[in-house]
Amino acid sequence: MTTTTLRPPVRPAAKAPRDAHQADRLWKATPLTWFGLVLGVILSLFPFYWMIVIASRTNDAANSWPPPFLPGGKLGENIQRVLENGDANIVKGLMNSFLVSGTITIATVFFGSLAGFAFAKLRFRGKNAMLLVILASMMVPIQLGVLPLYILMAELDWLNTMPSVTVPFLIGGFGIFMMRQYAEQAVPNELIEAARVDGCSTWRVYWHVVVPALRPAAAVLGLLTFMEQWNQFFWPFVVLADPANPTVQISLRSLNTAYFADNSQIFAGTLIATLPLFIVFVLFGRQIIGGIMEGAVKS
Amino acid sequence: MSLDLDTAAPPGGGGDRARPARAAHRRPASLTRLDLKYSPYLYVLPFFAIFAVFSAYPIGYTVWIALTDRSPLNATISFVGLDNFVELLTDDPQFWNAVVNTFGMFVLSTVPQLLLALVLANALNRKLRAQTFFRMAIAMPIITSTAVVALIFSMIYAKDFGLVNWLLDLVGLGPIDWRANRLASWFAISTMVDWRWVGYNALIYLAAMQSISKDMYEAAALDGASRRRQFWSITIPQLRPTIIFTLIISTIGGLQLFTEPLLFTSGSGGISGGSEGQFQTITMYLLDVMNTRFRWGYAGAVALVLFLLIALVSLVNYLLARRISSDK
Repeated sequence: MTTTTLRPPVRPAAKAPRDAHQADRLWKATPLTWFGLVLGVILSLFPFYWMIVIASRTNDAANSWPPPFLPGGKLGENIQRVLENGDANIVKGLMNSFLVSGTITIATVFFGSLAGFAFAKLRFRGKNAMLLVILASMMVPIQLGVLPLYILMAELDWLNTMPSVTVPFLIGGFGIFMMRQYAEQAVPNELIEAARVDGCSTWRVYWHVVVPALRPAAAVLGLLTFMEQWNQFFWPFVVLADPANPTVQISLRSLNTAYFADNSQIFAGTLIATLPLFIVFVLFGRQIIGGIMEGAVKS
Repeated sequence: MSLDLDTAAPPGGGGDRARPARAAHRRPASLTRLDLKYSPYLYVLPFFAIFAVFSAYPIGYTVWIALTDRSPLNATISFVGLDNFVELLTDDPQFWNAVVNTFGMFVLSTVPQLLLALVLANALNRKLRAQTFFRMAIAMPIITSTAVVALIFSMIYAKDFGLVNWLLDLVGLGPIDWRANRLASWFAISTMVDWRWVGYNALIYLAAMQSISKDMYEAAALDGASRRRQFWSITIPQLRPTIIFTLIISTIGGLQLFTEPLLFTSGSGGISGGSEGQFQTITMYLLDVMNTRFRWGYAGAVALVLFLLIALVSLVNYLLARRISSDK
């Protein structure tokens, strides 16, 4: 995507050389800039390094003075201990998290692009009022309805099951807004008109004209949604009280509530819980960053 | 920015235009009319169905439940009017303790978070080699969950073998019991929030900075304005809408603070936020009332007041940010 392009290096040729030189100086990074950035990078990355250090030590070594600063050789052993931990059920948690986040991601991209297309390109009564409701829904914290939602889940017999953390989040306002913004600019009206003249139904217009045009934005929406859902904690904490059927974040919570705090095991758990998103970030980091930055410009 | 390019050059799929034409089995005109009229509603229906059942209905129910004494322990439910709100506002020190904690940590985390993000974004906006590396490295914390952040930092702030206390010892300061002291616990939790969100906000500011015209800076430089002066007189005012946006996002997130303080206590009982509730937030208190004391009607009142606080603070932030930048 073009979103990750840097500031264009081309400057207007008409400018006098002296001007250009001055402008160059204006954007040069000073030693202070470098110092700030390097410090920022170190602070950003250190906790990840620390995760590996503690996850690869015995618990005794993790709790020593001074603290260990280099990774040890116990990573495999610690990971095995976490995977086999009967209170945390982290394997189940990982599978559940993949299932839940994957389902929500697919649903969000599909429903989001469908509704985004409708709001951007179709005419219907009540459109603006509906958009307003969607916008307002994004401002409301889940806490406001948490108790009745919990009661509802109990009545549906969904407590401690995955539908309780999946179904309410299948489509949110953010996905619709993002798709609408993109569809407005990326789908030319003439193309839709032409398809209509050719006798396309609205659904075929969506499938053959809109979907191909939305693909880049849909990918970013999918990535952001998956990350957000994978990391969800508050609502799963409320409805998944039974440690036998957790999401991965709830497994981490179970590790933390153990009577004896086994730090090397907890850290191995955080490593496992972060690894899928780390892989996603390594593969698609540019798109994710592009998505965050683009969303900012539009809002 | 890039979107214009995409519009100018329709994606490869556009070439398929001939195909639908081929497939144009002419449908009856009435069917086409039905399609045009009802398809849009069908497409937005999934959102509104889910919204109605899982958002609107629970919110309405919260308002009603807050006016009752409903509890799983009571056989009957009686209407109590505004009693829950009166008790909450006038006779509940623990609630006010949670309000103070939440706001304390909100201010302690948000102010440095946004300032640091501005500084980082300003640095990232310079001509740099390895741009992508810096952006990725600084954005990396967003892949961690709040639970992971809380667990890692809980150990960094451990009383006995924690990294921070070791550093303090190195420079000759005594160890701090990060959980026992109210201000210390607020500080520790705020750093967790900041670690995860500074990079994210920096990217948002960077995007906005890149859309500021370079000519303004060049003109200012010709007039002899220093870099610092340019930052305060051009960058900050131009960033006003973005700053308001991040402030509101941080307010909504910050006042809902939950996971970090919950997991700051290891073992069970994290919901009480320390031995004396020194870092119990409003959301923790809400679950405390709901799941430990089973006062559901009262919990409804807590949820409503939390929401009103968020709305109020967002509004105040909005007005303040508008005011401050327009004074410049």
